[in-house]
Amino acid sequence: MLRGLWKLTWIEIKIFLREPLGAIGTIGIPVLVFLVVGRMVGRRTALTSPATSNFIGVGLPVLASVLILIGAVLSLVTIISIYREGGILKRLRATPLRPETILTAHVMVKLLLSAATLVLMVAAGKRYYPVGIHAPLVGFTMALLISTCSILSIGFLIASLVPTARFAQPIGAIIMYPMMAVSGLFAPVESLPPAAQAVAKVLPLTYAVSLLEGIWKGDAWWAHARDLTALAVTFIVCTAVSAKVFRWE
Amino acid sequence: MRPVIHVSAIRKTYGSTAAVDDVSFEVNDGEIFGLIGPNGAGKTTTMECIEGLRTPDRGAISVLGLDPFNDVYKLQERIGVQLQQAQLQKRIKVWEAVDLWASLYQRNAIDGERLLEQLGLIEKRNAWFMTLSGGQKQRLFIALALINDPELVFLDELTTGLDPQARRAIWDLVRGIRERGKTVFLTTHLMEEAERLCDRVAIIEHGRIIDIDSPESLVKRHCPERTVVLATDDGSAAERFRAIPRVEAITCRGSQVTIRGSGDDLVTEVIHCLSENRIRVTDFRTILPNLEDVFLKLTGHSIRD
Repeated sequence: MLRGLWKLTWIEIKIFLREPLGAIGTIGIPVLVFLVVGRMVGRRTALTSPATSNFIGVGLPVLASVLILIGAVLSLVTIISIYREGGILKRLRATPLRPETILTAHVMVKLLLSAATLVLMVAAGKRYYPVGIHAPLVGFTMALLISTCSILSIGFLIASLVPTARFAQPIGAIIMYPMMAVSGLFAPVESLPPAAQAVAKVLPLTYAVSLLEGIWKGDAWWAHARDLTALAVTFIVCTAVSAKVFRWE
Repeated sequence: MRPVIHVSAIRKTYGSTAAVDDVSFEVNDGEIFGLIGPNGAGKTTTMECIEGLRTPDRGAISVLGLDPFNDVYKLQERIGVQLQQAQLQKRIKVWEAVDLWASLYQRNAIDGERLLEQLGLIEKRNAWFMTLSGGQKQRLFIALALINDPELVFLDELTTGLDPQARRAIWDLVRGIRERGKTVFLTTHLMEEAERLCDRVAIIEHGRIIDIDSPESLVKRHCPERTVVLATDDGSAAERFRAIPRVEAITCRGSQVTIRGSGDDLVTEVIHCLSENRIRVTDFRTILPNLEDVFLKLTGHSIRD
C-alpha cells in the first residue's frame, strides 16, 4: 500500500510550493502575522493586564495553530476538487496506486507543511515570548497533530460532497469560519450566549481548541479525555462517510 | 491468434439509460483493435469496464486471463492506460511524472529518459505539464501508458483536439507500439484514424455493437459501390459505358463523365472498355467507399451528426 506514497507526497509538496501563492501564502503570511502581533503586544506584556498576558501566552499560539490548521483544510478541499474535476484523480487511480495512498499523500503534504510553518513560527516567536513560558512543545505538537487529522477528515467529507471545484473554497469557508467563531478561540465558550454555546458543543473545532489550550498550559492528557474522544469520533465518522460517498470523477 | 480480451454480453446502465447493452467481442494478441462510433455511443464506458475502472451490471470480462474487477491491481501492473481528457497536476514536470509512474509498478519500468527521447519529449523534460501543447500532453500520456512495459495498451480518443500534423505523428507512435509486440485497444470517432491504424474495428452505436471486422472487409461487405470519374472529349463514350455490366448510372458534365456501379470488377471493366474502343481520356480516378460510408449505411446517419 505504501508504494509510491513518499514519491507522490514529495512531488505534491514541490508542486504546491510552485503555486504562485503556495509557499508565501501558507508559510510566509502566518509567520509574518505572528511576528507583527507579537511585536505589537509582546513588548508590553509584562506591564499590562492578565488578559493580555493570557492572550500572548496561550491565546496567540493556539490561534495561530488553528489558523494554520484551517488553512490546511481549505487548501485540501480545493486541491481534491480541482484534481477530481481535472481527471487527475482518475488518472492516478488507473495505476496500481491504491486510492488510500493517493489521499494519504495529500494529508501528509498538509501535515508536513503545517509542521514547517509551526516550526518557523516557534523559532520566530522565541524572541518575543516573555521568559518563563515553557510550553510542552512535544505534547502540543501531538495535540495539534490529532486536531489536524480530525479536522482534515471534515475537509475530506466536504471534498467528497462539493459538486465542482468552483464551490469548494466557498463551501469550505462557510463551514470552517463559523466553527472558529464559537470555538472558544476569540472568547471563552462559557462567555457566549446559551444558543451559541449549544452550537459550540456539537462542533469538533471547539474540542480541538480546548485540547490545544489545555496542553499548551501544561494540563495532563487525561484531563482532556472528553476532547480527545470528540476528535476521535469526528475522525472516524467523517472518514467512514467519505469512504462511502467519495467521488473520483 | 490468441485472444487477450474477452468481453461477453456486458451491460452498463446509468439511471434508466443503457450506456452499453449486450456488448461482446474479443481482441487478439498483437493487433490494433478499434472501438469506433459517435460520441456517447458507449466507447469509453466499454473501455473503462475492461480497464477495471467501472463494473458492468451484467456480463463477463476477462483481460490477460484476469478479472478486471477482482484482480484490478494485478491487471493494472500489466496494462497501460491513456484516459480521455485526462490532466495531470498543472505544475508537475514531465520527468517527475515519468519518474512517479515508473515507481508505481512492481515490474521493472523501462528507461524513462529513453522513452521521452523516442516520443520527442526530451527537450521538454523540465517543463511543467500546463505549458505543454496538446500534442505534447498526449505524447506524455503515451509515455505514462508505456512506462511499465505493458502487454496491452488502452488509448481512449487519443487524437481528439489535435491538429492534423500532430495526429499523424501520434499515429506513427501507435504503429510503433504494435511493432513492439504489444496489443493496442483504442477508441475513436474519427473514421480516417480507424481506417489507417486498426487491424480490426467494432462499430458501436447506442451501446450496441453493429459489426466487427477489418476495415477493408467491412467496406467490401457493406459498400460494393464503385465510382469512376474520367474526362474525355469522345462524345460516344457515355453510350459505350452503358453496356458495361453492373453500371447503374452515368452522368456527363462537360467533358467529365461519372460512372456509378457496383462490384470489384467495375474499374477493370471500364478500363477494358476504354482500351477496346480507343477512347482518349485526359483524367481518370476512382472513388472508393470507406468506413465513413459503412457507418452511414449501417446506421442511416453520418458519424458527425
